[in-house]
Amino acid sequence: MNETAIKAEGLSKLYRISHLAKQKTIRDAVHHGMRLLWRRLRWKAQLNREEFWAVRDVSFEVKPGEIVGIIGRNGAGKSTLLKLLSRITDPTAGRITLRGRVASLLEVGTGFHPELTGRDNIYLNGAIHGLRRSEIRQKFDQIVEFAEIGQFLDTQVKRYSSGMYVRLAFAVAAHLEPDVLIVDEVLAVGDAAFQKKCLGKIREVSTERGRSVLFVSHNLSSVRQLCTRAILLEKGSVVADGLPGAAIAAYMRRDGTKVDIRHIAGDGAARITALKVAGAEAVSPIFGEMRIEIQYEARAPAGSLEFFILIYADDGECVAASFQTDSSQRVAAGSGGGTISVSFRNPFAPGRYLVSAGIFDAYRQFHDWVEFAESFEVIPGFADGRAFDQRLGRVSLQAQWSP
Amino acid sequence: MTYSAPQSDATSSAVLVIEAGRTEAHYWRDLWRYRELLGFLAWRDVKVRYQQTLLGVGWAVIQPLASVAIFTFVFGQLAKMPKGNEPYFVIVLAGQLAWQLFANTIGNTSSSLLSSAQLISKVYFPRLIVPLSTVLVALVDFTVVLVIYAAVALWTGTLPGPNVLLLPVFIALTVLLAIGAGLWLAALTVRFRDFRILVPFLLQIGIFATPVGYQTNYLRSWRGILDFNPMTGVIDAFRWCLFKADAPFAWYSFSFSLAWTALLLASGVWYFRRTEKTFADDI
Repeated sequence: MNETAIKAEGLSKLYRISHLAKQKTIRDAVHHGMRLLWRRLRWKAQLNREEFWAVRDVSFEVKPGEIVGIIGRNGAGKSTLLKLLSRITDPTAGRITLRGRVASLLEVGTGFHPELTGRDNIYLNGAIHGLRRSEIRQKFDQIVEFAEIGQFLDTQVKRYSSGMYVRLAFAVAAHLEPDVLIVDEVLAVGDAAFQKKCLGKIREVSTERGRSVLFVSHNLSSVRQLCTRAILLEKGSVVADGLPGAAIAAYMRRDGTKVDIRHIAGDGAARITALKVAGAEAVSPIFGEMRIEIQYEARAPAGSLEFFILIYADDGECVAASFQTDSSQRVAAGSGGGTISVSFRNPFAPGRYLVSAGIFDAYRQFHDWVEFAESFEVIPGFADGRAFDQRLGRVSLQAQWSP
Repeated sequence: MTYSAPQSDATSSAVLVIEAGRTEAHYWRDLWRYRELLGFLAWRDVKVRYQQTLLGVGWAVIQPLASVAIFTFVFGQLAKMPKGNEPYFVIVLAGQLAWQLFANTIGNTSSSLLSSAQLISKVYFPRLIVPLSTVLVALVDFTVVLVIYAAVALWTGTLPGPNVLLLPVFIALTVLLAIGAGLWLAALTVRFRDFRILVPFLLQIGIFATPVGYQTNYLRSWRGILDFNPMTGVIDAFRWCLFKADAPFAWYSFSFSLAWTALLLASGVWYFRRTEKTFADDI
């Protein structure tokens, strides 16, 4: 009875990128054609074309009841893989076997029409995902209850707050009851409480009903919490496949070599332009003084800002957080940009750590969130010169001991 | 292979195999399974069209009437084109009736994929549903003009004979012809954005190259060229239905219409299906 729900064999997707960008108009196509012809005539047979394997020779199996996280950098092929599995685009090579009904949720609220009411959109969205009218009618009350939109059911969706919009969209998706659910990064939006509810729903779908879930996220801690397995993609190929902790650790090790700014959320009205641990080598002993500097720029629409940092151990677990308003004031509106610094006494056990930082607006909605943009090393020793004593604990408290 | 009833495939553990370059055998069954989506999208378009605009149905009335008035003036008064027993206004309105259905269907279908770009890049369903779902809006607009025509015909006493019973056949033919052309244009628009500008332009020219504002039986010398236009036969047929038959049915031009419809529809579906797998990459 342990049939596979998803089986991918040698799956590949090739994109051809013409150097003259994409020939979106006839003029471009004619121009491109003439250039190729000219090159041929001059015996330069090189076709001016670049091939790019977005997904290359990927094979894996997913069993019913598994929740598989797919992680990897931007451009590693995660989204293309999901598009292949959800039949949005055709593979160049390879084969996919899907057992049962597949629902893919690559975006929240696909096909929502702003002019229609919440009620109409529930039916429309259900139909887009392949539900029958009778099935939607059956689940209608559950969907409305889950979305918590009650009295706004007959209001046009364009008048909804973004939170309500996301809630309604996810509610429909959560009640599709597919055999295979494919979810892409959709939980990056919405408030924390609702995110939690969604994760709970995904878990329930999987464990109680034996459905398979494929889950792409930049948020490694939700992958760690939710998934029973994780697959790490790099340049379109699988480089790790196993327990989430192991895959995440592999990701962090590979990822740490190249530290760059990667924006994973936010509207960009204020952006982090650089994140740096002060000091030449970014190494620190336990209880050593540390300072993290965040450079940012803000555009006019951004109001007052609140910064935060998150520190991750190299197995992907977020081990510490600090928010600006814990000990200081928000940055007033109209600052335009500048540098914010965070100082603390390093409590972490020896090892490598990655730093993420972000900016909230006045309602704690993201302006920006950069992940793993800086790393530092904690050396096995204390700031006062003592050697590391192999103690347990991820952090050492600087506590007051009385006799 | 066993055929499962529509209700049961939600619960069945149907196995789906996707392979590179293999056209799926169950494409048409999929299309049938998604028929409700077709209905929902069509209903959405109609609902949005009629609730969003200030005048709603008003626009569906004003647009055709205005162009009929202009055509009547230009062809009937200025150019003094010959007419039969019917008032010139009614002749033009009958032509407009067919032309508008054709033009709206082509316009809607050809732009449909681009306006559903977001949907196409995020969810799977048989892509044919997108252009097909836009046909209903054109049909609703057509119905509005048909009602106007009926009112005008009653008022001017231009009543049809028994031929009118064949009108639904010609309406269906017009829609099929337009869908055939629309499928080509929709798929081409995804690849070449020029078609977004080209299609309205062609339709604008088309209305003059089609006997909307004039009648074919008085244009002996141009007849040969006009017959190549698939809409010539359709409009002749519309007028044949709507006016008391004073002219024989124009079989010659109508056979062109039939041939065009078959050709465009078959090749349109073929080209659409050939390219639809990469819509999501190009859109």
